[in-house]
Order: sequence, then C-alpha cells, then structure tokens
Amino acid sequence: MTIKARIGGAMLAAIMSATALQGAFAAEDTIKIGVLHSLSGTMAISETTLKDVMLMLVAEQNKKGGVLGKKLEAVVVDPASNWPLFAEKARELISKDKVAAVFGCWTSSSRKSVLPVFEELNSLLFYPVQYEGEESSRNIIYTGAAPNQQAIPAVDYLMNSEGVQRWVLEGTDYVYPQTTNKILKAYLMSKGVKEADIMINYTPFGFSDWQTEVSKIKSFGSAGKKTAVVSTINGDANVPFYKELGNQGIKAQDIPVVAFSVGEEELAGIDTKPLVGHLAAWNYFQSVDAPVNAEFIKTWHAFTKNDKRVTNDPMEAAYIGFNAWVKAVEAAGTTDTDKVIDSIVGVSVPNLSGGYSTVMPNHHITKPVLIGEIQANGQFDIVQQTPQVVGDEWSDYLPDSKDLISDWRKPMSCGNFNVKTGKCGGKGS
Amino acid sequence: MKMSAILLKGRRMYLRPVRILAILLGLILGFATAASSAADDPAALIKALGTANFEQAEAIIADLGKTGDTRIVPALEAFAAGDLYVRKSDSQVFIAKAAGSGFTLIDPVTGASAGEAPKSAITKIKINNSLRRAISSAQGGLTLLSPDKVVRLQAADSVLKSPSAENLELLEAALAKETDRAVKLRMEQARAVSLLSSDRPVDQKRAAIATLQSLGGRDAIGILMTAAPTLDPALKGDLDAAIKKIEGTLALWDAAQNIWYGLSLGSVLLLAAIGLSITFGVMGIINMAHGEMVMLGAYSTFVVQEIIRTKFPGAFDYSLAIALPVAFVVTGAAGLIIERGVIRFLYGRPLETLLATWGVSLVLQQLVRSIFGPTNREVGNPSWMSGSFPLGGMQVTWNRMWIVLFSLTIFLGLLLLMKRSFFGLMMRAVTQNRRMASSMGIRTPWVDAFTFALGSGIAGIAGVALSQIDNVSPNLGQSYIIDSFMVVVFGGVGNLWGTLVGALTLGVLNKFLEPWVGAVLGKILVLVLIILFIQKRPRGLFALKGRAIEA
Repeated sequence: MTIKARIGGAMLAAIMSATALQGAFAAEDTIKIGVLHSLSGTMAISETTLKDVMLMLVAEQNKKGGVLGKKLEAVVVDPASNWPLFAEKARELISKDKVAAVFGCWTSSSRKSVLPVFEELNSLLFYPVQYEGEESSRNIIYTGAAPNQQAIPAVDYLMNSEGVQRWVLEGTDYVYPQTTNKILKAYLMSKGVKEADIMINYTPFGFSDWQTEVSKIKSFGSAGKKTAVVSTINGDANVPFYKELGNQGIKAQDIPVVAFSVGEEELAGIDTKPLVGHLAAWNYFQSVDAPVNAEFIKTWHAFTKNDKRVTNDPMEAAYIGFNAWVKAVEAAGTTDTDKVIDSIVGVSVPNLSGGYSTVMPNHHITKPVLIGEIQANGQFDIVQQTPQVVGDEWSDYLPDSKDLISDWRKPMSCGNFNVKTGKCGGKGS
Repeated sequence: MKMSAILLKGRRMYLRPVRILAILLGLILGFATAASSAADDPAALIKALGTANFEQAEAIIADLGKTGDTRIVPALEAFAAGDLYVRKSDSQVFIAKAAGSGFTLIDPVTGASAGEAPKSAITKIKINNSLRRAISSAQGGLTLLSPDKVVRLQAADSVLKSPSAENLELLEAALAKETDRAVKLRMEQARAVSLLSSDRPVDQKRAAIATLQSLGGRDAIGILMTAAPTLDPALKGDLDAAIKKIEGTLALWDAAQNIWYGLSLGSVLLLAAIGLSITFGVMGIINMAHGEMVMLGAYSTFVVQEIIRTKFPGAFDYSLAIALPVAFVVTGAAGLIIERGVIRFLYGRPLETLLATWGVSLVLQQLVRSIFGPTNREVGNPSWMSGSFPLGGMQVTWNRMWIVLFSLTIFLGLLLLMKRSFFGLMMRAVTQNRRMASSMGIRTPWVDAFTFALGSGIAGIAGVALSQIDNVSPNLGQSYIIDSFMVVVFGGVGNLWGTLVGALTLGVLNKFLEPWVGAVLGKILVLVLIILFIQKRPRGLFALKGRAIEA
C-alpha cells in the first residue's frame, strides 16, 4: 500500500511537472496580452469596439512577425460593466494568465478599481480614454486626453473664434464631468469670465427627459451675450439631449454645443442633420486627412468585414498605446514590467493624425487637439488643429494640484512631486 | 524634473503666436480682397472663397451681400449646406452635387452645368458657425425682395437674428413694397432690431423698443439686452420697462410650460408602465423582463424602418404606423412564449418569478446585443414628429405632443378592452377569483397566457413611441423598469386609473422640482416622497377595495 502510494505520488509529481513544463513551453512560444473591456452591460456600447481594435492590432503585429520573435496572443475577458469585477478580472489576467501587459478600461470608476491591483502585482495597464486627470500611476500609461488636451483647447476655440462670453457646463453626475467642470470653471474665471456667466448643471446617468434642461439653457442664452454649452454628458444620455436641442430649434449658430464624449460612434445612432455645426473636441477624427489614417480605416474595415464601421478617438489612443508598448518591449528586449516602464518614457510612435506621439515621463502622451464640427453624414469637419500638447496629469488650475508634477524616470520616480515643498507625495498648497 | 518644468511652461504658450499671426494675416488679406473686389464682381468674389481662410471668407461674404446680386443666392445656400467645392487643378469654385462615384459641377453664379469631376479632383470649402451666421445674414438681405412669400419670411427671420446697418436700408426698401401682413409684421420687428444698433434718432429707437416689446419672448429679451450697452442713456427707462413687461408675461408662460413638460414626462411614464399595470397590476406577476419588451418594440421599429429605407423610401413617414402592429405582434408573441415557457410554472411564487423573469431579461438583452450589435441603432423621426410649434409664449415639440396623445389613446383603448369586451370580462373574473372563474367554464390558463401577451404587446407599442425620444440600444429597457414599477405601485396595484393618475402626478412633480433643485436631487426627492407616501398608504393612490387577490 505504501509502495502504491509512493508510485501514485511519483506519477502525480511527474504529471504535474510535465504540465508545468508544458506551461513554460507555451509561455515561451507566445507573449500574452490582456484585453479588459466590457462586452456586456451598459458600457458594452463603447468598449466592444476597443476589444475589436485590440484584436486587429494583435493580428497585424503577428503578420509583421510578432514581438521579440514571438507571436502575440490576446486574452479577452469580459468585466461586464461591473467595476469590482474589473479588479477581479485584472487580477486573473495578471496572476493566472501571466499577461505581459493589459489594454483596457473605459470609465474612470473601472480604472480606479483596477489601479491598486496593477500596483500590487506590478503589471502595466494602457488606458485609452479621455479622463479627468489628477492621477499618475507608475503602472498605468494614459494614452487618452487629459483635460488640457481636450477641454481647455475647446473652450479657447469657442472664446476666440465664436466670441463666447457665457457658459453652460452641462454634465452627467459623476467624477469625470465634475472634475473637468471644476477645472474649466477655474480656467474661465482666470480668463475674466464672471461667476454669473457660468451655469453648471448635472443630470443623472441615462437621463432622457431633457425638456427642462434645454429650455433652461435657452433662457440662460438669451441674456444678450453669446452663449455656448460645454457638454460632458456621458454615453446614452447624449442622443435624447441632441434630439431635444434639434426639436426645440437650438441651432449651432445660436448656441453651439461642444462635447467631449461624443464621437463618430455615438453619432451613429442619431440623425445629425439638425446638429450640423455643433462641435466636439478630440485628438482624432475619422475625417483626418492623413495617409496613415486612410490605411488604418482600410485595415479596420477589412478586419470587421463592414465598411460602414466608424473609427473614433479612443481607437486611436488604443493604437498609440499598443504601438508604444511594442516599441518599448523591443527596446528593453524583454516584457519584464520594470524594464518596460523604464524604456517606455520617450518612446515616440506615429499617431493617426499624421504626427508622432511621445510617452512623457508623467506617463501621459503628447498629441494635437482637433476641434470638429458635426456634419450631416455623422462625421466631423476639422475647423482647428493645435500643435502637439503634452498631457497635464495635475491640473494647473486647481489649487490642490497646481504645485504637483509627476516624473516616473529614475531617480525621481514619483507620481505626485510637490515642487513647492520639494517632496514626493501629498496634495499641493 | 527640469525637463518637465520646461514642458509645463511651454504648453501654455502653444496657441498664442500662431493665432496672432493668423489674425494679422487674415486682416491684411481681408483688406486686400476688399480693395480688389471694389469691382463688385460676384464671380471673382466667389472664386476668392476657394483660397480664403475663415476670417477672409467672412469678409468676402459680407462683400457678396453688398453686391445686391440675387444670382449668388444659390451659391450661398450651397456654401451653408457644405456643397461648395474648389477644383484642385485651377482653383475654380463650383457647386457640386454627388452623382454616382463623382460629382456634377455647377457654375456658382450662372447656374450652368460645368461638367463632372471625380471626388479626388475637388476639395470641399470648409465652413464654421461664424461663417454660417454671416451667410444667413447676407442671404437674408438678398432675398427680402423675393417673389416667394415663404422665402421673404425666412429672409426677415434671418435679418432679425443678425442686425446690421446695411440690412436696415434693405429692410426699409422691402417694407415699402411688402403687402403681406405676416411678412410685414416680421419685417417691422427685424427693422426694429437693426434700428437699435444703428445711429438713428432717439424717438425712432423708442418706437423700436415698443415694437420689440410686442414681439415678446426670450428672443426679444436677448435682443434688448444686446443693444443695452450701446444705447442712449435717455432710453434706459424704456428698455428696462420693456424687459420687465416681457419677463412678467414669460413667468406665466413658464409655469404653463412646466405643466406641459410634466404632462409629457408623465405620458412617457404612463406608456412605459401601462403594460406592466396589466402583467404586474392585474395578474400580480413581478415581471422584470417588462423593460425588455419595450426594447423589443423599439427594435421592431428599427427593423421596419430599415426595410422601408432600403425598399420603399417614399413611405418613411408611415413607418411608425406600420411598426405599431409589427411591434405588438412580435412582443405579444414573445410574452406568450415567456408565459407558457417559464411563468406558468411559477404562479404563486413571487420570488422565483422575480428571479426567473430577471434572467429572461438578461437573456433577451444579450440576444439583441448579439444580433444587432451593442451600439445604438438609428431610428429616424418622421417629418411630422420633428421640430416644434409656438403656442402662445411656449414652444411645444411635435414628438412630445404626439406621444401625449398616443399614450392617452392607448390608455383609453385598454380601458375599453378591460371594461367592455368579453375577453376583458374573463380577464377580470380570473384575476378576482380564479377557482370560481374556472368552475364557470373559463379556461384560466388560456386567459393567463393571453393577458400576459397583451401586457407585453402593449409594452412593445410603447417601445415604438419611446424609440422616438430615446436611444435604441440593448439597455433601453433597463432605464424604464424602475420607473414603471414606481408608477404602478404609487398609483395602486390593479387599477388602470391609478396608473394614469400616478404617472401624470409623478411627471408633473418631477418637472416642478427639476428647475428648483436640479435634475439629480429632483429625482431623489421624488423617490423619497414616494417612500413616505407608501408608508402612509401601502396600497397606493387607488387601492382596490374588497378581498385581496390571491393566486
């Protein structure tokens, strides 16, 4: 019996070591990357597209021979628009699937939920969506726009080109609109706009009855000063908002609306004829006239087998993030997180608007800001393009963060360095 | 650290030098074009548009307006619509219409055909909002003397919105010839607006203020406030009195407008809840898949419209009428399947029913997501549901008005069915006393199934209407399920009238709280009030009297 047990134990050990060997073998064969986007639930509407983009980028890279001579393998999980589930799935990707890096998240809530996981397990997340700033983590590369790469240039455009003097800041009631509006209000007041000329309004998620809000905007706009609406309205609430604007006859010539969350994808569900002339600020539009963009759109249509699928800004951010990672890994010669984090700062890759985006020491990237007007065909006409703008993680317009900077290069390696006190950590003034 | 400090500084300056240079250039070039176009040649001016930037284009359009040449109106219209293109080879400007893979070119001044061009040979001339404003002002001035009454009225409207001294003279010339009363009135108002910003004598301006006071509305206040800083101090009293008077009338209309908004929100709630008032209210089934029935109805509308768009584009205005029966049949059938397949095994077990129907709702959502994709689908508004019309001092949007009428029609229809038809009689008999009804020869399982199908079908019809004001996405139903239960419970379970009164009360209450405390807090307050109300009256507004309905 003891012999039997021993044989059994030996066999078990043999099997286990065999599978372990095989596991190691497989890991050497391919490099795994995680794709952490909601494929069901409320956010599926936006995030499914990004999952498709990631799969396309991986396929394209493999056609070119992969990375470090190995093929890439995308591990797709579905966190189902559930913020705590994002953290669980992230842990699973890093510890169980041993992915080299993760591309994912959309809402700030999901990013905040996974951040401690990435810091604890020391892995790398590429976050492709515009966000409110006020954060810089060693383990996250922010390839979407910070407020100074989207909101502030948009407000500048309205102020200079349209002569806007009165502002409605209309947003959905959560962290991104609230922080952005706080920054915008401080910025506007620093430009001499009076408090009485700023109206801040919040509505719940998925708000659909915009009658009162729109008529409020209308009466705020009839005070004899040129008025504009800066909209941080999120997701599904946009369609009824724009429909109500169109029906109440608010034209872009009278009260223009500039939006930070409305792109080609969101417009696909609306008849845009009444909206011509309303604006959006992004770092990329599908209508960008550049050979690299034409190529990207062609690949995208071929990959999705649908030549009506639109492209949008977070897709460009995913594209930049993926290519930056590939370049950093090749420079480091390994997928080891610490080495990649060291080599990724300063990496410069082409963006889709015809220029280059560079990963800065604060783990944000440089990119131009484009202001576009909605056209009748659901696309945007670019009316202004700024030169490259560096993503500013800690806003200069908030008293709490104006003295903070972030620099993840050695020896500083700090996400919230206070230039006044000369110490790492804590809030400013 | 040093590097980031430099970057910090650098990025604040990214705009300034470029902008100043552009403005200077614009000014210089603007003067140049103004000087060279003294010949008033519209063809040359339009050609200059091809190479102008936004600032220059605005100056050119003002010059075009000054030519007084009505031949250029089509070119201006095309520019505003984004149909003005410049040919790359010789920088000639054309009106271009898409034809097949290329474009047909039309001469912008003579209107003669100028051949065809492939898409790559021409570039669209870009336009922004300030250009659009300049165009509508120039266009207004040019079309004031048009033989068409509607065009003249539009012209007067656009001049009203963009006052200028040139327009004032044009208006006075047009006024002298105008015979139509409505157009004349609008022109007089437009004249008053332009007059306020001109250098005319004080008493003419005083008369203008009086005219604007009679115009009334938010727009008039806006115009008066714009004019205020440049106005003669002697007129300040008149101005303030006029604004006060207009605001006084507006306050009354605002209250009326609020009631209307409340009714329209209430009718949306009624639409969403009315199907539930049958499945939950009458049958007592906690149907969490109710919202998904609404969603299926909206998707039926989408499919119907898609077919009409591709096969019979002329019939688009009737798409909703066709979608109504389709949605009713589709969701009714879905309801029948759910009742026969799941719910009939769970009568009398509310908790299991809740879980099962919630599961069904998730299955339906994911099913729709797999078939139609996760993104929003475009459901168009037929022309009779777009825009708004003025009613006294308030604007009533057509889609809201039709939805109010539609939901009341559904409500009355359902009431008739319940109270006057044989099926309604059986339905009420079964819900009031199942065993007694059964022993009278009513096939209760059959009645259950069709009652549930009816409730689902009505939810589907509601989906057709809601597709006109909300997103058509797989999540559509979720946003209505809570509100629906709220309405039914508040109104009193099992009572259709309760649902009506409940929905309208909640709608009006919500809309009166919203301007006062904001949308977020308003919604919370409504919920708190309902909780307090249910504490006092657990059976809702209209509680059913007599024996409780037990399954």
